Amino acid sequence: MNNVLIKTVNITKTYKVGEIDVPALKPVNLSIEKGEFVAIMGASGSGKSTLMNVLGCLDMPTSGEYILDGTGTGKMSKNEYAAIRNKKIGFVFQGFNLLPRTTAIENVELPLMYDRLGKANNVRKQAEAALIKVGLEGRMTHIPSQLSGGQQQRVAIARALVNQPPLILADEPTGNLDSRTSVEVFLLFQKLNEEGITIVMVTHEREFAAFAKRIVEMRDGRVIKDTVIKNRLNAEEELKKISYETSIS
Amino acid sequence: MKIKTIFRVAAKSIMKSRMRSLLTALGIIIGVSAVVVMVAVGDGAQLKVENQIASLGSNLIIITPGTSSAGGIRGGAGSFNKFTLEDAEKIKAEATLIKGVSPLVRSGGQVIGGSGNWFTQIQGVTEDYLDIRSWGLESGDFFTEKDIKTRAKVCVLGSEVVKNLFPNEDPVGKQIRIKNVPFKVIGVLKSKGQTSVGTSNDDIVLAPSKTVLDRLSGGRFISSIQVSAVSTEKSAAAQAELKAIMREAHNLSRGEEDDFTIKDQTDLAETATETSRVLTYLLASVAGVSLIVGGIGIMNIMLVSVTERTREIGIRLSVGARASDILIQFLTEAIVLSFSGGIIGILLSFIVAFILNNYTDQTAYIRPEIVMLAFGFAGGIGVFFGFYPARKAARLNPIDALRYE
Repeated sequence: MNNVLIKTVNITKTYKVGEIDVPALKPVNLSIEKGEFVAIMGASGSGKSTLMNVLGCLDMPTSGEYILDGTGTGKMSKNEYAAIRNKKIGFVFQGFNLLPRTTAIENVELPLMYDRLGKANNVRKQAEAALIKVGLEGRMTHIPSQLSGGQQQRVAIARALVNQPPLILADEPTGNLDSRTSVEVFLLFQKLNEEGITIVMVTHEREFAAFAKRIVEMRDGRVIKDTVIKNRLNAEEELKKISYETSIS
Repeated sequence: MKIKTIFRVAAKSIMKSRMRSLLTALGIIIGVSAVVVMVAVGDGAQLKVENQIASLGSNLIIITPGTSSAGGIRGGAGSFNKFTLEDAEKIKAEATLIKGVSPLVRSGGQVIGGSGNWFTQIQGVTEDYLDIRSWGLESGDFFTEKDIKTRAKVCVLGSEVVKNLFPNEDPVGKQIRIKNVPFKVIGVLKSKGQTSVGTSNDDIVLAPSKTVLDRLSGGRFISSIQVSAVSTEKSAAAQAELKAIMREAHNLSRGEEDDFTIKDQTDLAETATETSRVLTYLLASVAGVSLIVGGIGIMNIMLVSVTERTREIGIRLSVGARASDILIQFLTEAIVLSFSGGIIGILLSFIVAFILNNYTDQTAYIRPEIVMLAFGFAGGIGVFFGFYPARKAARLNPIDALRYE
């Protein structure tokens, strides 16, 4: 069996702004295997967000083919796209994107509600398990405004996990968090990655990219550099260092 | 999504903005209760008219003298009166489709008795009269067949007359004088209220027909004959029968015009109910307009809600909601809003009807069909005015929706 989870073959994306075509992705060829932890880096306008949207089946490429988990997505209907977003992909956003005035557990239940094949009777249990996994067992009935940024992001991660997708896509997951909370999020990602979930994240900061296993750098809609990280950071150790630094200062 | 989940989600998002939901539903609440109350008031008025007509006497048929036709000169109605007691007796003997018959002899005069005097109408009738007019006695007795035969000088007073002559005492057994003829009061009629033209039904003295004819009016002609048919359905057949008997009684040959007129209450009833029905339609359509305005209110709020919750829609789409899921969610919200508005509106209309019935002289009668209709209409408005905003929400692009600030 093929071990490739994500494969893009010459995908391009062109936005039309009035009469002018703006190319956001020039042909991109990318292959990500199961179990990888990839950080996509690049300046704004480099096409990394567009790439994430295409990978997340939120947007269709203008040309080329995107194969997810062995299935071509080119001829899929909107409903099939929705099913893929539901079953195969978990999203983590920079702005958390939790439903306001809705408890943590109800936010986590959301993907299960739209799961047409899943067993709806243990929705609550599955959501609880996901929240326990991200360490929020004591915050299940809190609404987002009662949670800190890091906690909100962990609720979002639990929501991404709850349908047990093979892939998590994270768009600048720590962009709104301080460095210590960021490391905590990466610790969670590393743990999930060790359990076999493939993670693709977009990040601006090179120091955070070092928590991944591989860095893909983009510029002007193309992949310009694709490297395996040699000195990978361990989030657990980094966390200890931060605790030590704060204790002596 | 399960239906239960759909409704739970809709109920939750309605409860999240309670005040706004209430204001939105208010349009429907007012619309529905306006429709129900308006129709109920119209129906109540109609019912009142029907009752009033029924109080004239069930299946009442009145035979009045017709036009004279002598030597080619035709007089007006009643111009040639040759109705006699014999006509009434012949009807009583021969008609098969009637329950009762009574001649009516009209006379007016000063009545003296008790504490004063009073000018009133005196009607000479027979023992069947109370049944024919669906009338009853407050106290005492009515005169009998024997009283009529013997031309007894007895009478029964209407409540209005009692009020004027015997304000503080029981008139039964007392003597009164009508046009200087002494009569013994043997009973008092139940109050019947006003006639359809506003005069009192109770300003009356009833006495045996023959007594009135002999002692008071003088002459041998009577004003009309009052008959009650065995049933409403048999009324037409009874009228045909009466016509044949009357023609025979008056020796009318073939081709000769009737010298009498037979009338029942259906014409009157039809006119009266028609009027109140038109009024009901008018009121209901005005109220219906307010229901539609309420529906537009729902659409307005739903459109605002779609814009406001663009991000929520984006989140739902990103975790795998289909466009149809979003459509159903927003449509359900609109329907739940308008249905609950409908329920509250119906409850409100019951309260208003209760107040009208108990604290005003208006009658409101709520028919179950109207409740069902108003309720169904409210739901229909939810679907109709909820569809456009819901479709707008469902058509959102997930990326744009997620980025919406």
